[in-house]
Amino acid sequence: MESNANFMGKFDIVVIGGGHAGIEAALAPARMGLKVGIFTITLDGIANMPCNPSIGGTAKGNLVREIDALGGEMGKAADATFIQSRVLNLGKGPAVHSLRVQADRVKYHIYMKQVLEAEPNVEIKQAEITEILVDDSGAVSGVRTKLGGVYDCRAVIVATGTYLGGKIHVGESNYESGPDATLPAKALTLSLKSLGITIRRFKTGTPARVHKRSIDFSVLEKQDGDEHIIPFSFETKGELRNQVSCYISYTNSETHRIIRENLDRSPLYAGRIEGVGPRYCPSIEDKIVRFSDKPRHQLFIEPMGLDTDEYYLQGMSSSLPEDVQLKFLRTIKGLEHVEIMRPAYAIEYDCCDPTELLPTLEFRERPGLYGAGQFNGSSGYEEAAAQGLVAGINAALKLQGREPMILDRASSYIGTLVDDLVTKGVTDPYRMMTSRSEYRILLREDNADERLTPIGHEVGLISDERYERLLQKEELIKNEVERLEHTNIAPSEALNNYLKESGTEPISNGTTLAKLIRRPQVKYSGLVVADKARPDLPEEVTVQAELRIKYEGYINIQLKQVEDMRKLEAKKLSPDTDYSKIQGLRLEAAEKLQKRKPLSVGQASRISGVNPADISVLLIWLEKKRREENGSN
Amino acid sequence: MSTTIAAISTPVYQGGLAVIRMSGEDSIRIADNIFVGKTAPSSMAGYTCQYGKIVREGRTLDDVILTVFRGPHSYTGEDTVEVSCHGGVYLAREILKLMIEEGAEPAPAGEFTKRAFLSGKLSLTQAEGVLDIISANGERELVSARAMRDGNLGKNIHAVADDMVKISGNLAAWSDYPDEDIPDADTSHLAEDLSDIINRLEHILSSYDKGKILRQGIDTAIVGRPNVGKSTLMNQLLGYKRSIVTENAGTTRDVIEESVRVGDFVLKLSDTAGIRDTQDPIECIGVDLATQKLENAELVLAVFDSSEELTETDLEILEKIRNKPHIVLLNKSDLPEKLDSKYFSGENILSVSANSGLGLEKLPEMIAELFKLGGSTDTAEIYINERQRSQVSKSLGFVRLALQEYESGMTLDAVTVYLDEALGALLELTGERATEAVVNDLFERFCVGK
Repeated sequence: MESNANFMGKFDIVVIGGGHAGIEAALAPARMGLKVGIFTITLDGIANMPCNPSIGGTAKGNLVREIDALGGEMGKAADATFIQSRVLNLGKGPAVHSLRVQADRVKYHIYMKQVLEAEPNVEIKQAEITEILVDDSGAVSGVRTKLGGVYDCRAVIVATGTYLGGKIHVGESNYESGPDATLPAKALTLSLKSLGITIRRFKTGTPARVHKRSIDFSVLEKQDGDEHIIPFSFETKGELRNQVSCYISYTNSETHRIIRENLDRSPLYAGRIEGVGPRYCPSIEDKIVRFSDKPRHQLFIEPMGLDTDEYYLQGMSSSLPEDVQLKFLRTIKGLEHVEIMRPAYAIEYDCCDPTELLPTLEFRERPGLYGAGQFNGSSGYEEAAAQGLVAGINAALKLQGREPMILDRASSYIGTLVDDLVTKGVTDPYRMMTSRSEYRILLREDNADERLTPIGHEVGLISDERYERLLQKEELIKNEVERLEHTNIAPSEALNNYLKESGTEPISNGTTLAKLIRRPQVKYSGLVVADKARPDLPEEVTVQAELRIKYEGYINIQLKQVEDMRKLEAKKLSPDTDYSKIQGLRLEAAEKLQKRKPLSVGQASRISGVNPADISVLLIWLEKKRREENGSN
Repeated sequence: MSTTIAAISTPVYQGGLAVIRMSGEDSIRIADNIFVGKTAPSSMAGYTCQYGKIVREGRTLDDVILTVFRGPHSYTGEDTVEVSCHGGVYLAREILKLMIEEGAEPAPAGEFTKRAFLSGKLSLTQAEGVLDIISANGERELVSARAMRDGNLGKNIHAVADDMVKISGNLAAWSDYPDEDIPDADTSHLAEDLSDIINRLEHILSSYDKGKILRQGIDTAIVGRPNVGKSTLMNQLLGYKRSIVTENAGTTRDVIEESVRVGDFVLKLSDTAGIRDTQDPIECIGVDLATQKLENAELVLAVFDSSEELTETDLEILEKIRNKPHIVLLNKSDLPEKLDSKYFSGENILSVSANSGLGLEKLPEMIAELFKLGGSTDTAEIYINERQRSQVSKSLGFVRLALQEYESGMTLDAVTVYLDEALGALLELTGERATEAVVNDLFERFCVGK
């Protein structure tokens, strides 16, 4: 290849796309010592947030904490550039606490671009990749740019977002485009198809951006950030500060009337869009049609950054014509004189069928080719970044000849996300939610470090010092739990007063601190009145000690389920298995398994159409095979 | 394998002996809870047996021989307990049920052999046979999952599962979309909703429990128009005169209740006032009571006078009992027959003489048939039935826990752990998955998202 006149260079890994998936996919392998080239159609699009400049939210906040715990960048970037921070679901329990920030869109882009620029093992290239090259064995060997340049590489990670085959719709108008008026990637789809990748079409949308001076804030409901700010990154220290407010308003019957009267001008209702949109992110016209009995819909009016007057209208995504948008927005309280700066639009794009991927996010039938982010059928910056990290780490591990990193469902929301994508597949863009995890009580934002930092350290993305700090923290938590379990306290007036105030029974006999903490109403902090020998511990330690005791029963139930799940996960299946030859397997199950080629019996058990009896058959078959290979009977 | 499984391992028919087998780490602990002998099973050595009793709630079910096998020296390689009881479907099923109530899970066909093979106890050739059994069982479960949607019990289970999905969907919307104004997603009705689910699951469970029918008796109403011989029948069954028998129609005005053993069954008999239009106010109350008894009865014995032609009232009664398990008794078989029996085609009919008791000897057989007590001799069917029952019971346990924890003030993220378990247990019967069902419900019913 090097004799080729167009030869431009050589990387270990090429990443196509500089969005949230691409960035993590490039940084992780680079930090693991590999040479990475990251290609983007425009350098100004790196880490762009073409929809809401917000990071986190329910379940997504957990993804960001997990990305950070594994050694990714998103959490640090959000901490460095946020302008408002809130914890959602406070009071609903630790498993659903969700950190969410409004970020400064431009500053976020600058931060991430600089991090990439500062990474010695990363080269950033502004170029459109039009072709993925393979060698005689069919493995990935390089990429070609639109200008004809060829870069050799051993792995390619496709993180093309809405650029791939991008087409924007506004009312009757439509045109080929990437997000935020960028050029679309037009040729790559064909190259992917020729490599045997199934291509599908999804769509998403974004609301209008409007000018600050045209909003009447005096009539709007205001929403401020939290006083006590928790950072995303376990490494962020120091003072954090809110700098802006967000606002809330509502649509009304007049808004709905205008939208309804103009539905025939919507590309979706007129049948001009073929892509499948996300169920959880309906456009305002979708909401009005599907939930016609709702008298109003809520919208959030949120700043795009500190150095701009653009405001984002969360909840008002639309693909209606510009004139209709202006008309219906102006019916909304506070927006009577609104000036649109960027109209709302729907965007269609090409993506793959993620069931063609392994849990490492490598294509099963195309060694060296990986997918991440919207290309894999997901939606959301956090979901994208999580997959970028998984694909990047696994591409690096493979090139280094090391064992892959497969995060199971009980380890993390990242593991749940990847398993849902590759095992169950998607029918519309996939968004992470707390209800998607069956191990919610174990997968909390507050313990992401405990769950994943050891893995990040093993992989090579977490420094020895950070890992040591985690071990010390774990030790402190363990000791404090021990102490609380074994510290007996006698009834006292101060204690009983506290118990009564908290709405729970006073005690008349001695008990342990742990027993009191198990009462839902009692707080660790409140027991200080009776806990004379309490050591001075950091809050991150006491919070964990309290949760471990209070939720012990639930945690144990889930740990038992995890144990059962991991037993099946440990029964490995070879991708070369011919399921049609397995005696006793039902035809439907055999066909599904033949197509999906699960890596373990556990993964097989989650494929729809495979039932418990089929799993029994697989277990017997595996044991049979093992004995045959051992030559025993 | 962490679960303990149990099944009847001898062919199920009225034989001399039946064996119920239990395998898994809890099997000996469960045996301790249900067996009363000289020593506890947990203190028995492997390969030893002991005579004793299987006891439920202080009452002896049967005298049995219990054998203990200590893993790995057993068929499955796990701790195993075998109970040999007297033959008969009923006893064996009751003992199996008791094991399940104590924590064992019903074993699908081939499960013991599968475990034996996986723990190295069987050779390859021995294992070949079991694959087809397991596979056939899988097919059967699919069929039964589909059938669940049609059967009455299945419909009830499904209706409860659907409502539980909705409750979980509400909670999911409430936790995943905290910023949305979703009025439906509030949690103020949670305690009420959960109590309702508990009631319904309890009801379903009681209808599975045919053992209960045998232990506590079948609520049986004797109905018919006046003077067809209801009270004579009752007295014949009881063996002494409890009801006043006269030739005047309308003599029995209140409801007379007695328990009587008929073959293997205990019938809780209610002799009712004859159903007819009447002006007599006291008799009127009696007729109302009779109608009410009829509605609540688990079994109806409808008496008709075969020596007379069928009347309007007879037809009305026939209509009233159509949806109840019932047996038509054509009384006065000792008199010349005038009644046109074509009206009763397709019914369970017994020609009897309440006076002499002739024909009544066939009653137990007919009741057994009606309640499918002797009828189910297919181990696969027993398994499916027991599995449904144990899943419903598991589900009920978790909903109760959820309600208890919710009322104690526990945060909802933790309460939903129990709700997921409860829902999962029911959905396992239909092959659906809880998390997916809930997420789908959320998107269907709530308008959420940016």
